[in-house]
This record gives sequence, structure tokens and C-alpha cells, in this order.
Amino acid sequence: MTHHPDQSLPRSRQSISGPILGPGSRRVVGLAALAAVVALLPLLLPNAFYFDVAIRIAILAVNGIALNLLMGYTGQISLGHAGFFGLGAYGSAVLTTHFGWAPLPALLAAAGLTAVIAWGVARVILRLRGHYLAMATLGLGIIISIVLGNEAAWTGGPDGMPVDGFSLFGLTLSGERQWYWVFGGLLIATVILAQNLIDSPAGRALQALHGSETAASVAGIDVGRRKIAVFVLSATVSAMLGSLSAHYSGYINPGIAGFLQSVELVIIVVLGGMASIYGSIFGAVVMGLLPQILAGYEGWDSVLFGVILVVTMIFLPRGVVPSLATRLRSAGVTGKGGAAC
Amino acid sequence: MRFFNMMVGVVCALAIGASAAQAPAADPVKVGAVLSLTGSASSLGDPELKTLEMMVDQTNRAGGLLGRLVELVHYDDGSEPGKANVLAKRLIEDDKVDMLIGGTTTGASMAMYPLIERAQIPFISLAGALVIVEPVKRWMFKPAHHDRMVGQRVMLDMKARGYTSIAMLSDTSGFGQSARKEMLNVAQKVGITVAVDETFNPKDTDVTTQLAKIKNTPGVQALFVVTFGQGAVVVTKNIAQLGIELPHYETSGVATREYIRLAGPAAEGVRLPAPVLMVAADLPDSDPQKKLSVDYVREYESRYQTDVSSFGAYARDAWHIWVNAVTQARSVDKAKVRDFIENTTGLPGTSGMINMSPQDHLGLDISALKIVTVRNGKFAIAD
Repeated sequence: MTHHPDQSLPRSRQSISGPILGPGSRRVVGLAALAAVVALLPLLLPNAFYFDVAIRIAILAVNGIALNLLMGYTGQISLGHAGFFGLGAYGSAVLTTHFGWAPLPALLAAAGLTAVIAWGVARVILRLRGHYLAMATLGLGIIISIVLGNEAAWTGGPDGMPVDGFSLFGLTLSGERQWYWVFGGLLIATVILAQNLIDSPAGRALQALHGSETAASVAGIDVGRRKIAVFVLSATVSAMLGSLSAHYSGYINPGIAGFLQSVELVIIVVLGGMASIYGSIFGAVVMGLLPQILAGYEGWDSVLFGVILVVTMIFLPRGVVPSLATRLRSAGVTGKGGAAC
Repeated sequence: MRFFNMMVGVVCALAIGASAAQAPAADPVKVGAVLSLTGSASSLGDPELKTLEMMVDQTNRAGGLLGRLVELVHYDDGSEPGKANVLAKRLIEDDKVDMLIGGTTTGASMAMYPLIERAQIPFISLAGALVIVEPVKRWMFKPAHHDRMVGQRVMLDMKARGYTSIAMLSDTSGFGQSARKEMLNVAQKVGITVAVDETFNPKDTDVTTQLAKIKNTPGVQALFVVTFGQGAVVVTKNIAQLGIELPHYETSGVATREYIRLAGPAAEGVRLPAPVLMVAADLPDSDPQKKLSVDYVREYESRYQTDVSSFGAYARDAWHIWVNAVTQARSVDKAKVRDFIENTTGLPGTSGMINMSPQDHLGLDISALKIVTVRNGKFAIAD
């Protein structure tokens, strides 16, 4: 949550809590603001399409936060994260459609399966660093989407498959307005969980190994185990989100697990700001809204989209939220402590 | 969100500025389209959009529909089915269109369908696969032949010419794989043995390995290539290079002049099932499909200075199916229009005579596909 400008040192956060608000109260302010936005937004949304856009932003945001735990805080690149989202989505779809499972057990089973796969894979590939890790995760994501595309008997192949609605205890979620509260609640829960994790000893260990793996292991941190744990956590959150979004949209195809989706998640993390939870939410808002705003500029939408991303990264290289927070701080708006980002 | 509304408003205003100024008192009838204008299916989506824009102009020039002008609202799904789903919701909920055309690809059409059914709005898909109309989906129709019909037409021609053992070469795309499955089923039904069943990646620049295997398999009497676009050109050229003399069949997916232009002399003699559009000028004058096909080709080519393709023609037929239903229903009421679409009978289109029913949301039979061959660099009706 708090971004320390000096990336190179493993840090201990107790010593740098801001002079105006302690880390605890800053968190409460941020959460209250987020909860207020989630609660009041429906009053401004004129129709179901806007609810849909809001829901998709929430999905991107939760996925972005999950990836940020891995990339931003722990410093492990993943270019295949949409693969886990796809595993969750297809796990739920296949179990409910072909085996007649109820949605909730299917969701848990798919998440459990994804966790096992992520654990097995992490043990091997998290030995890699930098470009090599990027390549390995890239390959993993592509393999998952190829498998989903080719196992046509189970997944419907490249044309995808329909998914039933989500029902629990005889009640079925229907319509964007009901789903909005599910994903809105999920977003808030994810933010709380992520913040608690980051501010816990385990979270500080993760940030320490982002700074320097060698230094972290000298300080007594089991680097390998920590990396695997955060990888599995991140993958599992994405898988559960994938299950829910499959039930929500009623239809899935292998594209949801594809390389482009993984890149979109990385853009969310980098654009919003590495190691910034509210940055990921901001990134999700941009990535969710921009394509809709630009949809009318046929043929130019991709160009405008690219220009906006390039300009943002040139002028706000550490991501929008951390860069702006630093500028605000240096302009003397807040004290020298960490901003609420 | 207010900003978003405003942006959307500005964009729409820019897009329809001129026509809005002269609109009559009544609101225009709105048709929504989600097409693949960029990405891997853009060569299909582009002629579809061009055709729809031409159709809107034609309809408005002729006084509109039920005394109202027609307006087309269209979005590009970038060949990503997931995006098509969002855009369909936008068309239904925000643009409040009266009907939907689109889904250039099967994936996009299927991704849109859950929303269509919930909103109960008539939807005409332009995609190819059988799954769109079987099992019948209440609100979804399609004017394009599906892959099983293509397979049946080819296999019947093979059977008639006495080939009972063939080689099949399918691409690994969604189209190729779903079509391959259908073709194998059809082959089994009509009693043709698929002695070699090879696949290739449509992006490959060389498929001589697979073709050599086919060439060296004894007893093979014909070769059926299941692909479209660039892949077909590569295969056709490789066949010529290896000097394979087998009768060579393609699917209707290569029924474009582009294919002949790119494959050159290697395309001579290739047989494929094609909508009559490609050979319309050769039809007898009594054929009800002749005049409308020739008119469509002439108008499209003079307006856009580019060749027609069967994909644009499907969009033309989709438009006419809808206009016909609205005219009969004397309303754009969604449920009424749906019923009249389902009751379309004896409507000539570029793809054939369209006769729909509650059990058949395609309304075409296999006679709508003619076996054509490439003769002197042109498509001609085969003997």
C-alpha cells in the first residue's frame, strides 16, 4: 500500500510511518473512500450497460491487485496470469455443465485445482529471474489457452461454451444490478486482504525480496517458499474471479486466457503503479473505460489507446498513482510520509 | 460517468452529424452491428460493414422503413468474442437498437447470444458454424451456409464422380477444426473413406510435408482442403510445386477473386462449392437469384472499387431478411419482427431461396451451393 521511493533497500515500514496519519488510519480513509464510491456509483449509472462496464472494471481491478502482489510487491514478472483466470473460468464451466456440480463447489474445486497447478509450476519456474521468468510464465499462459482451445469435447474448442448462472441455496443471481454488488464487495474484500497481507510480516518479507533476494535470504527469509506462496495466492484469487465472471457473462471462450489478456493485466499494474493497490484500481478503470470511450473512433481507437499509454509512461514512469503521489508530496500537499496509495 | 456520456454523445454526433440534421420528425429505426473490423477476421468483417452501410443508404434513399429513416450503429470487436459480448450489451442497453446483425465469427455470435436471449431482440448472425442454428435458438437466425452443408455438397460431388477414398487437409483454426469434424461425419454418412487426415497451421508458409504424405498414400482419389484465406493459397501453390494431380477441392471459404489472384495458375481446375454470387452472370435469366446478385455485385464494386466476397453478400441477405420481416410486420416490435423472420418464405437472396421455419433458422438447402471450378482465372459453374 505504501510506496517507498527507495526501491533498492529492503525496508522495514514501522520506521517510516507518516507524520499526519499512521498507516492504519490511512488505510481506513482509503477503504472508506472506495466503499463510498462502490456504494454510490449505482445512483449515477443510467442503464445495465454502464453496470456491465463497472463490473468489468471491478473484475480487472481484482485481477490487477492479485497480479500486483506478485509483480509490484514481490518483483516476480508474470506474463501468463490470464491463464489462471481461464483455468478458474473453465473449471467452473466444465464442472457445472458436464458433471452437474453446483456452482459453489465447482468454484472451490476449480480454485483448488488451479492452486495445485500453480504450486507445481511455481516450484520450477520461480527459480528463474527476470526475462527468463517472463518467458516461462508467457509459455505457461499460452499452453493453457491452447489446451482450452483444443480440448473441444470439454471446452467447446475455439468457439467457446455457455455457462449457467450462479445460484446458491436456490437463489440465482440475475442481472447486472445484482452482480454489481457481488463484484463490488469482492473488490473491497480483495483490497482489505491485500493491505493486510502487505502490512504483515509475510508481506514485508515479500517486499524485502523484491528489493534484493540475496539480502532477504541473508535476513533469514525463506525466499523460495515466499515466492511460491505469493504466486499460488495470486493465481488462486484470479481463478476464483474467473469462475465468478464465467457465471456472470454466461459464455466463455479461450480468448479470456490468452496472451493479450495477460498483457492487459500487466498494463493495469504498470500503468496504475507497481506496488500500489489503488494504482491497480486506477489502471483497471482506465483499461475498462478507454476502449468504450474510444469505440466510436473506428480504426483510430488502437492508435489513441497506444498514444495515451505511451504518454502516460513517459511522464509518469512509475505508474500514475505513485508518480502523482510523489509529486503531491514534493509540492508539500501532504507531509513526507507515504501517500494513501 | 457524466463525462463518459458526454464523450459518447460527442462521438455519435460526429459520426452521424450530417444525416441527423435532415432526419424526419420520427426517430430513426436503429440497427446495431458488432463486426470484426480489425484482427484475424477483419477480411470478413470489412465487406460486411461496407455492405451494411450500402444497404442503409439504399433503404433510406427509397424512403426508409415504415416512413422512418434507418440508422446503423456499429462497433468493432477486434476479432475477440469477449469484446463482442460487451459491445452487444452496449447496443442493446445504451444505444437501444431495434435489432442486431453481426458476430462476424461464430465465437462472437455465441458470446453475444446469452444477452440477445435475455433482451429478446431479433439477431441475425453472419458466422458460419452449424452450432448457431442447431439446436435452434429462438432469437438467432443466419443467412450463411454452415460447414456441414459445405461438406455435404463437396462429398456429393465426389461421390458422383466416383471418388470413395480421399485425403483431407484441415487448418488448425477454429473454423478448420469445427469444419473438419463435420466433414468427417458427412464422409462417413455418404460412404467416403478419409484415408489421410492431416492438419496444418493457417499461418504456415509451407505445407509440403503434409502434402507429400498425401501424395505417397496409395488409393487416394481426391484431396479436400478445409481452410480459408491465406492458408488456401499456400496449399494450392504447394500442390502445384509437388505436381500432385489429384482432383483438388476447397471449401466455400476460398470463393473470393483474391484467392485466384494470389494462387495464380495453380488454382486452375480447383473445385469448390460457392454461393451463386460468384457465378451470377452465368445463371439463366429466369433464375430469381440472378438479378439481385448481379445488382449487388455491380453496386458494391462501383461504390467501393473492390471485389465482392460472399461475406458481404451474407450481410446483404441478412439485411433483406430483416427488412422483409419489418415490412410484413408493419412494426419494429421485437417479438413481431422475430416471428416474421421465422416465417420468411420464398425470399430470394444471394445465397439461395430462403425458407425459414420454427425448426430451421437458416432456411437454405444444399441446392443453394453450386459446385464451381476455376477456369481461365475465373470462377465458372462446373460441368
